[in-house]
Amino acid sequence: MVELSGERRSRLSLRLDPILLLGILLLGCLGMVVLYSASGQDLGIVYKQAVRIGVGLFVMTLIAQTPVHWFRETAWWLYLIALIMLVLVLIVGDIGKGAQRWLVIGPIRFQPSELMKLAMPMAIAAWFASRQLPPNTIESLIALVLVLVPMFLIVRQPDLGTALLVGSSGAIVIFFAGIGWRLLLVLLTAVAAGVPVLWHFMHDYQRRRVMTFLNPENDPLGAGYHIIQSKIALGSGGIDGKGWLNGSQSSLQFIPERTTDFVFSVYAEEFGFIGVAVLVLLYLSVVLRGFYLAYTAQDTFARLLGASLGMIFFVYFFVNVGMVSGLLPVVGVPLPLVSYGGTSMVTLMAAFGMLMAIGTEKRLMPQ
Amino acid sequence: MTMYRDNHSVYHGRRRLLLFLFLVALCLLLARAFQLQVLEHNFLQAKAEQRHYTHINLPARRGMITDRHGKVLAVSTPIGKVWYQPNQDSALSAEQKTYLQGILNIGSSNIDLAEKTGSRKYLSRVVPYDLLEEITTANLPGVGMDRAHRRYYPQKDIFAHVLGYTNYEDQGQEGLEMAYEEYLAGHPGKRKVLRDRRNNVLEHVSQVEEMRPGQSLRLSLDERIQYLAYDELKQAVDYYQASSGSVVVLDVVTGEVLAMASQPSFNPNDGSSKKPERVRNRAVMDSFEPGSTFKPFTIAAALESGLYSRNSIIDTSPGSFKIGQNTIKDPRNYGPISFASLLSHSSNVGASKVSMTIPKESFWGLLSDIGFGRSTDSGFPSEANGDLLELSEWYPMNRASISFGYAVSVTPLQLAQGYAVIAANGLRKPITFVARDEIPQGVQVISAENAKYIREMMQDVVSPESTGYKAAVEGYRVSGKTGTSRKVINRLYSDQHHVVTFAGMAPANSPRLVTVVMIDDPKTDTATGGDIAAPVFSRIMRSSLRLLNVQPAEEEMQDGYVNSLPELSL
Repeated sequence: MVELSGERRSRLSLRLDPILLLGILLLGCLGMVVLYSASGQDLGIVYKQAVRIGVGLFVMTLIAQTPVHWFRETAWWLYLIALIMLVLVLIVGDIGKGAQRWLVIGPIRFQPSELMKLAMPMAIAAWFASRQLPPNTIESLIALVLVLVPMFLIVRQPDLGTALLVGSSGAIVIFFAGIGWRLLLVLLTAVAAGVPVLWHFMHDYQRRRVMTFLNPENDPLGAGYHIIQSKIALGSGGIDGKGWLNGSQSSLQFIPERTTDFVFSVYAEEFGFIGVAVLVLLYLSVVLRGFYLAYTAQDTFARLLGASLGMIFFVYFFVNVGMVSGLLPVVGVPLPLVSYGGTSMVTLMAAFGMLMAIGTEKRLMPQ
Repeated sequence: MTMYRDNHSVYHGRRRLLLFLFLVALCLLLARAFQLQVLEHNFLQAKAEQRHYTHINLPARRGMITDRHGKVLAVSTPIGKVWYQPNQDSALSAEQKTYLQGILNIGSSNIDLAEKTGSRKYLSRVVPYDLLEEITTANLPGVGMDRAHRRYYPQKDIFAHVLGYTNYEDQGQEGLEMAYEEYLAGHPGKRKVLRDRRNNVLEHVSQVEEMRPGQSLRLSLDERIQYLAYDELKQAVDYYQASSGSVVVLDVVTGEVLAMASQPSFNPNDGSSKKPERVRNRAVMDSFEPGSTFKPFTIAAALESGLYSRNSIIDTSPGSFKIGQNTIKDPRNYGPISFASLLSHSSNVGASKVSMTIPKESFWGLLSDIGFGRSTDSGFPSEANGDLLELSEWYPMNRASISFGYAVSVTPLQLAQGYAVIAANGLRKPITFVARDEIPQGVQVISAENAKYIREMMQDVVSPESTGYKAAVEGYRVSGKTGTSRKVINRLYSDQHHVVTFAGMAPANSPRLVTVVMIDDPKTDTATGGDIAAPVFSRIMRSSLRLLNVQPAEEEMQDGYVNSLPELSL
């Protein structure tokens, strides 16, 4: 890796941001350490996760070499493809755990909503980038429609958690673009008024999750079980934790989904409040670095996209930890870079690749 | 390139605002972590331990119950109770359910109920040990088992009333199982264990309480005598289609119960046979009007009063005796008769005349001393007291009726106790169901001489052509008395329904055993104690005396009561 500081870039050197890369590697490695304990000391799982991180890093590196204007030029195509696949998945999708989320093309199983996670901020950023900012009401409302259509399709799968994440990635762009405060206020009021309507269209399991979130003790053996066990795991970790491989809530299998959505409970039980603080600092540095890269971009599209990608990484982290610690309802969002799982890892790495492309390209342009 | 109209300021303002929100959110997460991990640490830690550690009971094995020779009458064998408690990720598959239903031989109702309620349901409480191993190996999710014991009664219905039975927790519910609960039960141990969420025990952490097994109880009953007493009673009750019956065999010397049986009976190993009318130990819990079997106590009172002697003659002419509005009658006019004839003819007129001439205070006092109207203190649960009227209620008709066994009620055990007083030369010995190591002193309630006279008089009852001749035992001299009392049906004495009794002792000179046979409402035209109860008495006595190696009459070297425990052997 080469430090790039306004000099002409060597033809052979890779466009990567070392600070961001360091943060990603630290989180990935920490994740594997926790996974080893959470899986009941299963090296197989750690190995598979390492392979995924490797593949992810490869994808990230590849994307980081791409000129930023390519993202802008392909944004609408990606958005369109993702939208078509979201429609397809509702018609011919594969059903898993009571929801249609997977599209099977030959040997490839694919979640279109993952592609939309990237295509959404790209498309919205592209929409605003070709206009004068801040946008007028019409432009903002059109952007809002572009956000709401895929959201609606994902809710129908049904996957409320992903829909909210995808929606927020677009909403952040609209916010950064400078949507008027008055319009924003009107929209927020509309959302508040829409909550009862949304409740009406929710599936039973989604309503149950919300109810359980509001009062987990209501259903301690059923849906509230996850949250109660997770809170107990966190709490019994104390200040300095029970030590690696010593988390009894985890090893006695009281924590559900402990390698995926609830991996944070395992970590918090074993490493305590100090460990949690360290983890928060790690995520903080990654997000801040992402923001910095977006901030220094000269191009409006790059700036909007970068800010959204950095922010969405933080939202993932916040929603996961909030859910595991009982601050938010259980929505099934993995802990980024740490949870065991393939698709979201690649999506995440692709996003980092775009951030790096944005962060390194600006230096090629005259100030 | 498009630029912000107002030179980036919107973007920067929004960026600062979001950064601020972002920091607030991070602080929120840290604050939440602080709350759970530092502030609520102790509380949540305790909750964790409460989930990870649990106490399991180590059931104490209940003590055995044996007869006086060590023959096992009740024993607890280890079994398991299998339960099912499904939760989110440990529930039975359809095949596993079928397997479990097959191996436990149960229906699906409790499995369904457990799944519906999410709470623990016992599927079977009596699973043998070898099946437990198999179920453990099958590793069924949500299925667990508790170790326990199940009581088994090898003699089934023979000892059922005396022993009683235990419930699913192996706690005594009836009979001696209940009376000696603390002695038999022992003390369960407690062990702290580490378990996972499927309730699998992973590690034994510590022994919280030591398990102390229950003690064995050796009863005074003799299994062999019990068997034949039960058998003879059952045959008679079945043959005469009687509604019920009881037998009590007492050891005169020690006051021990050697046998006690009742009909109808039940199988304590089989819950379905435990109907209230079968479970009732009638020999202890039910009292009845003893009728003529009570007359020996009237004679005892006469002799003890000093107003009569063994040679006194009572004039029963003209065969009836008027007390106020009521007339007491004998079957015919016996004229002037001795006490012996009074007993062998069973003269109600004679007994009444005696009763009316002795002070009622001394009669009442003697009956009370012998043990009527109060519990025998045998320790048997729910023992009936019987009825002995207070002196203030001894109106003339009652006073006369009591002399021939009406207006008074006794349990078969009380009647046996009374006869044992006569048999033991007037000593009342405490009754017990538990084997005695030494002979109790006893309380003198009748003089030894008078007791001996009464025994001699009662020998005539069993002589040929007398009322109780069917009670005779070949080779032994028997003293006894028949009783046939009319049952009260709709508050009137019935002509058709009787309680027939025979109470007696042998050998007459130096009694070893007292036996009382009571049969309630035999369906026959000639329902008398002499015809129905006496033969049962005879057969039980004959076998028992031989079992105990009691010397036959020809070899009886000396008269009188021998206050020593003869060798008990086969």
